[in-house]
Amino acid sequence: MLRKTGLLFIALAFLCMGSGAASAERLSINGSTTVLPAAQKLAEAFMKVRPDVTVSVAGGGSGNGIKAIIDGTTHVGNSSRFIRNSEVRMAVEKDTYPVPFRIALDCIVPVVHPGNPVNDLTIDQLRDMYTGKIRNWKEVGGRDMRVVVISRDSSSGTFESWGDLVMNKERVVPSALTVPSNGGLVQAISTTPGAIGYIALGYVNKDVKIVSVDGVMGSEENTISGRYPISRPLFMFTRGWPEGVTLDFINFVFSKKGQEEVKAAGSISVY
Amino acid sequence: MAVLRNRTEKAIHWLFLSIAMVSIGILVLIMFFLFNEGLPIFKTVTVQEFVLGHYWYPTDDPADYGIFPLIVASLFVTLLSAVISIPLGVMTAVYLSEIASRRVAELVKPVVELLAALPSVVIGFFGMVLVGPFLQKAFGIPIGLNLFNASLMLAFMSIPTICSIAEDALYSVPNSLREASLALGATELETIVKVIVPAGLSGISTAIILGMSRAIGETMVVLMVAGGAAMLPGSIFDPVRPMPASIASEMAEAPFRGEHYHALFAIGIVLFLFTMAFNLVADQIAQRYKQSGEASL
Repeated sequence: MLRKTGLLFIALAFLCMGSGAASAERLSINGSTTVLPAAQKLAEAFMKVRPDVTVSVAGGGSGNGIKAIIDGTTHVGNSSRFIRNSEVRMAVEKDTYPVPFRIALDCIVPVVHPGNPVNDLTIDQLRDMYTGKIRNWKEVGGRDMRVVVISRDSSSGTFESWGDLVMNKERVVPSALTVPSNGGLVQAISTTPGAIGYIALGYVNKDVKIVSVDGVMGSEENTISGRYPISRPLFMFTRGWPEGVTLDFINFVFSKKGQEEVKAAGSISVY
Repeated sequence: MAVLRNRTEKAIHWLFLSIAMVSIGILVLIMFFLFNEGLPIFKTVTVQEFVLGHYWYPTDDPADYGIFPLIVASLFVTLLSAVISIPLGVMTAVYLSEIASRRVAELVKPVVELLAALPSVVIGFFGMVLVGPFLQKAFGIPIGLNLFNASLMLAFMSIPTICSIAEDALYSVPNSLREASLALGATELETIVKVIVPAGLSGISTAIILGMSRAIGETMVVLMVAGGAAMLPGSIFDPVRPMPASIASEMAEAPFRGEHYHALFAIGIVLFLFTMAFNLVADQIAQRYKQSGEASL
């Protein structure tokens, strides 16, 4: 008898949990690893303001975020690049209209191993390194050392922006190492003396050294003033005009508090 | 009573048959799906361009879908890891089943099996953070994430597979063979080299080939430590991009049923054909050297 009561109690407890979870709203965010730190901070802060909402955040790349918006598997899709024409077409075919929100600014900085004496490169030099024309650091005023080109893989929005802003649509040399995330790239640079790579400003730490571009250092001020050449906006996409919790979240992102969180994550706030 | 027993027998027979059919059916469906999603790419490129093309730029406009560097990378990584793991795996198996005292064997065996329990992402991390920088210093090379590093890590992963299957094969060699050999005056070493290992050859070769198919299909490790450069390697210290690494890193962003998506599935087909060939070879060898009874040696 006692056992039966116990079972009934457990069953009831499960039932309550189930219904509790059902009444709580869920919001899923997916996409760019560049937007990820900001999205995580925003999600945490939003859940403090709205304890009734459970926000789940995942990385996976800009292409992934936009794909998730098109397929309807997420509420908010992060992207560090604008949506491509082919993706808009695909969305329209599926009766979805992705709406972009420019939630932050970001700049991409070339980074090298901390022991590398090179401090400044021009855009042309960067492009030549990535197309394989410059193979030795000697050619840009460094030590006699092979240039190890490290790139993000093709699913990355950072890769795409780099392609637009630096590569002039030229191809990255096949011998370039490819790394699936900003964090992995920092790890690879920090252990490879001859390496050059590029990351979002928010991921810079003491393991890597920033190289200025055309004499301008990648920083918040230089990005806002437009002097720094390799900068781009970061986006959150929603399926159609946001409603309900998604709308509340987007409003929160653009609130003063939300933009402070963006800043705390290392990205540059839009106002 | 007899009728009931007969019925139970039949019921069990049908139960097992249907379970077997379900698993075979699922396999066939997966294969069908793989080919269905992969073959449309050959509307855009010819099979020859796909398999022998040297450039893999799937997101460019116009795109290049040549997977030759990826195939070469997969084969070299697997081959090199075989060179490392076969001697280590087989010799460990011989030691454990023939030479080691029971106490030592009881201690060593779980340790080898522990290697098999390590998640591949942990092995990948180990290769990325420790082995890569170590190789750079030890060999004075610019890149630590390369073919050699990936082969080392894959060897770690296939040693336990090879060792435990080979050990089972050696263990099942009939004792009378050992006794007969020793009774004829052969030393322990002669017995192992000339009697036990040949007798267990079918099992050992199956072990080796299963270890290799594990290495060629392994994804996480090559994604993390092979370097990911889609080029033909000039040395074992060049970065490479084996087939599974390409599929894993690009599938997330390839637009559903787009060209890139079909191309990735086509890589899957190639990979599938490779592992199937491995398994067929293993089957052939197992058949040829099959030990039937004690008299056939």
